[in-house]
Amino acid sequence: MGDLKSAISTFFAGLLFGVGLTISQMVNPAKVIAFLDISGDWDPSLAIVMVSALANTFFGYRYIFRTSKPLFSSEFRLPKRQDIDARLILGAVLFGIGWGLVGLCPGPAISGLTFAGLNVILFLSSMLITIVGFRVITRK
Amino acid sequence: MENFTPISASVGGALIGLSAVFLMWSVGRIAGISGILGGLFTATKNDRLWRVSFLIGLILGPTLVSFWNEELLDVTFPVQGSFLILAGVLVGLGTQLGSGCTSGHGVCGNARLSMRSLIATATFMITGIVTVFILKHFVGG
Repeated sequence: MGDLKSAISTFFAGLLFGVGLTISQMVNPAKVIAFLDISGDWDPSLAIVMVSALANTFFGYRYIFRTSKPLFSSEFRLPKRQDIDARLILGAVLFGIGWGLVGLCPGPAISGLTFAGLNVILFLSSMLITIVGFRVITRK
Repeated sequence: MENFTPISASVGGALIGLSAVFLMWSVGRIAGISGILGGLFTATKNDRLWRVSFLIGLILGPTLVSFWNEELLDVTFPVQGSFLILAGVLVGLGTQLGSGCTSGHGVCGNARLSMRSLIATATFMITGIVTVFILKHFVGG
């Protein structure tokens, strides 16, 4: 039963995320590039999306973490690492280059599946194959 | 800044934040898309269902919006073809190596005041900006 409740709530969380990405137009690569292109006709919308999402999450998390555990699960699963290593930086550099090349990151790419056509399918397939390959190779 | 859309950006961003809060409140998980997706391939059976249902919701979100405003689904790709494949590899590898993307580090990690997320966010913002600058001024397009 717990499984069903989790699945339903995570479905709604995903739906809400997809609706947010669409309303804010973050599913549109041209909109993302217009933010990253500071030397052109700069569009700061993405920064507003980030700040708004961040502020809501910041206050929401504070409220939630007063409770001892989530509704449908035994514990909050939070990353514990705090060290800054080369892997983190290299990963962020590679991700930033890929993001800047086309204006797509994982969320909007997945949300684009039903309407963004072949372009997003090319990107997603390539991303998925890389992720699976990485996970298989680095699996302990 | 003629294309600046502060209201839809604030509303959309707030919904993304609410989604992250709701996911933490209900199942205690970080709303990081690259992590949710990547974990799908190494997760145990018990850990898989919530990931799949989140991703199905994420895919259906735009359809829900389209009943209200179809124009929001008109998207433009500044580059095409092999660039998309190359970018897919970089984003796939980068998010797995760096343990996160715009959502996991940019929203959830920064909301937890994680230093790793702050550094990662600053790094991919800067490299993204530099990449667009180089493409525009030296590669053309």
